[in-house]
Amino acid sequence: MQLDEFFVTGEPLIYGAMVSIALVTAAIIFILTYFKKWGWLWREWLTTVDHKKIGIMYIISALAMLFRGGMDALMMRIQLAFPGMNFLNAQHYDEVFTTHGTVMIIFMAMPFLIGLMNIVVPLQIGARDVAFPYLNAVSFWSFFFGAMLFNISFVIGGSPDAGWTSYTPLAGAAMSPGPGQNFYLLGLQLSGIGTLATGINFMVTILKMRAPGMKMFQMPIFSWSTLVTSFIIVFAFPILTVALALMTIDRIFGSQFFTLTGEGMPMMWTNLFWMWGHPEVYIVVLPAFGIFSEIISTFARKQLFGYKAMVWSMIVIAGLSFLVWVHHFFTMGMGAFVNSVFSISTMLIAVPTGVKIFNWLGTLYKGRIQLTTPMLWSLAFIPSFVIGGVTGVMLGMAATDYQYHNSYFLVAHFHYVLIAGTVFACFAGLVYWYPKMFGHKLNERIGKWSLWFFVIGFHVCFFPQYFVGLDGMPRRVFTIIPEWMPLNVISTVGAFGMGMGFAIFVYNIYYSLRYNEREKSGDSWDGRTLEWATPTPVPFYNFATVPHVEGLDAYLIMKEKGQTTFDEANLKPIHMPSNTGQPFIMMSIMFVASFGLVFEWLWMAIAGLIGVIVMMAFRSFDYNDGFYVKVDEIKRTERSARGL
Amino acid sequence: MSAHELKSGPLEYRSSQGRMNILGFWIFLAAEIVLFSTLFATYAVLFGRTANAPTPGELFEPSTVLVMTFLLLISSFTCGIAVHEMRRGSVKGLITWLIITLVLGLGFLGFEIYEFIHYTHEGVTLQSSAYWSSFFILTGTHGLHVTLGIGWAILLLIQLAKRGLTPVTSRKVFIISLYWHFLDVIWIFIFTSVYLIGMVV
Ligand code: HEM
Ligand SMILES: [Cu+2]
Repeated sequence: MQLDEFFVTGEPLIYGAMVSIALVTAAIIFILTYFKKWGWLWREWLTTVDHKKIGIMYIISALAMLFRGGMDALMMRIQLAFPGMNFLNAQHYDEVFTTHGTVMIIFMAMPFLIGLMNIVVPLQIGARDVAFPYLNAVSFWSFFFGAMLFNISFVIGGSPDAGWTSYTPLAGAAMSPGPGQNFYLLGLQLSGIGTLATGINFMVTILKMRAPGMKMFQMPIFSWSTLVTSFIIVFAFPILTVALALMTIDRIFGSQFFTLTGEGMPMMWTNLFWMWGHPEVYIVVLPAFGIFSEIISTFARKQLFGYKAMVWSMIVIAGLSFLVWVHHFFTMGMGAFVNSVFSISTMLIAVPTGVKIFNWLGTLYKGRIQLTTPMLWSLAFIPSFVIGGVTGVMLGMAATDYQYHNSYFLVAHFHYVLIAGTVFACFAGLVYWYPKMFGHKLNERIGKWSLWFFVIGFHVCFFPQYFVGLDGMPRRVFTIIPEWMPLNVISTVGAFGMGMGFAIFVYNIYYSLRYNEREKSGDSWDGRTLEWATPTPVPFYNFATVPHVEGLDAYLIMKEKGQTTFDEANLKPIHMPSNTGQPFIMMSIMFVASFGLVFEWLWMAIAGLIGVIVMMAFRSFDYNDGFYVKVDEIKRTERSARGL
Repeated sequence: MSAHELKSGPLEYRSSQGRMNILGFWIFLAAEIVLFSTLFATYAVLFGRTANAPTPGELFEPSTVLVMTFLLLISSFTCGIAVHEMRRGSVKGLITWLIITLVLGLGFLGFEIYEFIHYTHEGVTLQSSAYWSSFFILTGTHGLHVTLGIGWAILLLIQLAKRGLTPVTSRKVFIISLYWHFLDVIWIFIFTSVYLIGMVV
């Protein structure tokens, strides 16, 4: 292979990106060396098994991915506003929408939510870490290296271009030769391992590590949403694992699963993909529901209305989410009977979802509402998501879907649910739990500016797309006819509004770090659940003494009774896991193996796999089981954190 | 986290970490069931799509498959005895029965490799047709699991020899026994739905 086949050449935009990547990397290396921070980076972050730090790393990576995916989006919007300018050619446009979709769902939405789960769930249920802290670090690094692998594709080897859904035969070896599609397959496979492990980890954590006295139906609703999501992950991700593996084997070793030769079945990919893919959309929306529920209840100053109905509706949604996948390809010719069945099951999902909407409204009703930034994000979510849901039901009617399918109407639908649901929730959750993570709030005034830019930009961007879709504009086209121009220009304006909103959000992080007042108590918003019972910054062991839970909104009850999580008389040494570099090293070797497979250099893939197996064997012989924090140290830490 | 230690009951269940690991492994096995179900489903969908390659009925050899099945079934049984020995507190019994289990597992693998080589000589490979792709991937994934299980058990044997029975080693043994039985169950399904059906249809 020549060097000019290895690197992507001939595109000015990509040369620019290469230069900026080189510069940023050089700058990071320089700063770390100049301030002698390499040791700090290794000790405090790369080897950590602390769920709070892992959560922060997830969120930082997810924000970076949001930036990357956002850049892709703006590029597409520029192209569609000025189709004659040839800003992107057809090939480049295909690559951009493929990476945009994949990055946003797999490397932005999920990691962002998993980051919040990591930080919040153990605190909410009164645990000192997750059930398997080592595995948690493995999960993070597998996501991180998976994302890296996927992202380097645009400078090395070439990006995938068959859509985030990668339908065969288009994505097969015959029609998409070269490493591009392999980056998709292996990037997702690598990060998928981590997601599955996270699902198992949180399931065990929540089932086994709740504070004494906390019954299942006294668990904060975000923890419930995490449990239900973990359940979906455990049952959906193996399907993706198999689908990706089969396509990889098709492409690299010549099997015939999804090919047009050897009696393969391209449509089987479509089925497998969506059997994972539809549950996946609920993996990214149920935690969002959980976040909004927490925030709405906190800032309406009321207990969540219909808590049990909320939990049951999530469970029903989780079950139904496995029974609707065919609605993504009604037009592929399964026949009227199959389409009808899946049409009905699809519409059924709207029922539990509607229940949740009414519960949020019920919580707001007669509440003493405080319009903080996280609350505003949540209030913006409700009507926007309703629009997304209602149009979803329209799409779910198989007969009419022949009209909407593959049009901008569909694009508008899923952006209404994914942005108003997941992205708003990520922002809301980050603002809400930010003081818990970093010891100061984000500035409210700047936060509201970012919110208004983003929310208004969002509607300006996507509402017109419903109509341009009804006018017949198909998705995934790089050029358009004049009739569609006006609405597309409006869309592009909205997209830049969202970009502004994001930029202001990031600026707010910097501004608040410099100027915002530091938190004095751990209870920044007069919260109701146990995460607010810990001091800020949260000590690495979380709870000096684990509280006894007596009901829903456990911390509210504790506050009424004057209890804290620092019961000096009852301190005991606390057992904590030790830091370890193994997850980082193991997953970086895995990265090398996957990279080898992407370029079909089997020697490299095999060497890497052997390396990973050696690391696992090494782990098997590793009997380090942590250390004890002494009572004195706990006392000192708590006293200074609580200003006693 | 070291709270709730129990004084009685099986060693592997005494520490809370032990109980969590075992539950975590059960959940992992649930994920494995989904993984194999997906492979079985692809196999079922691609059944009969042999293109120009021979059909399974022409190639499958009842005797080989029967021997493999017995080897794996017996190994599941001996694995049960191994855990029984562990519960009795006998390291020696445990190690002995575990080794027997592994030898049987290796026998199974040997036959499977022989079988694959044999098919290749008869002219069917992974690339021959959709049906044969799904056949090799389904049985091969199972075989890969068995291989990994054997490697893993060898590591455990070394640890048992060095450390004897502790809450940690007994937990590891118990977990690998779950894994081993699971592979046996999967094989039963492969035996019936791939080989038996393949031979008669
Ligand atoms: C009331 C609930 C919902 C219903 C009835 C519904 C229905 C549908 C239908 C029928 C389609 C396929 C349309 C077509 O291809 O022609 C679709 C696509 C999609 N939906 Fe939904 N949906 C709902 C909620 C959601 C949620 C909550 C999310 C994610 C958070 C979501 C994400 C998506 C995505 C990503 C696609 C398109 C994927 C693609 O083709 O690239 N939907 N929805
Ligand atoms: Cu769907």
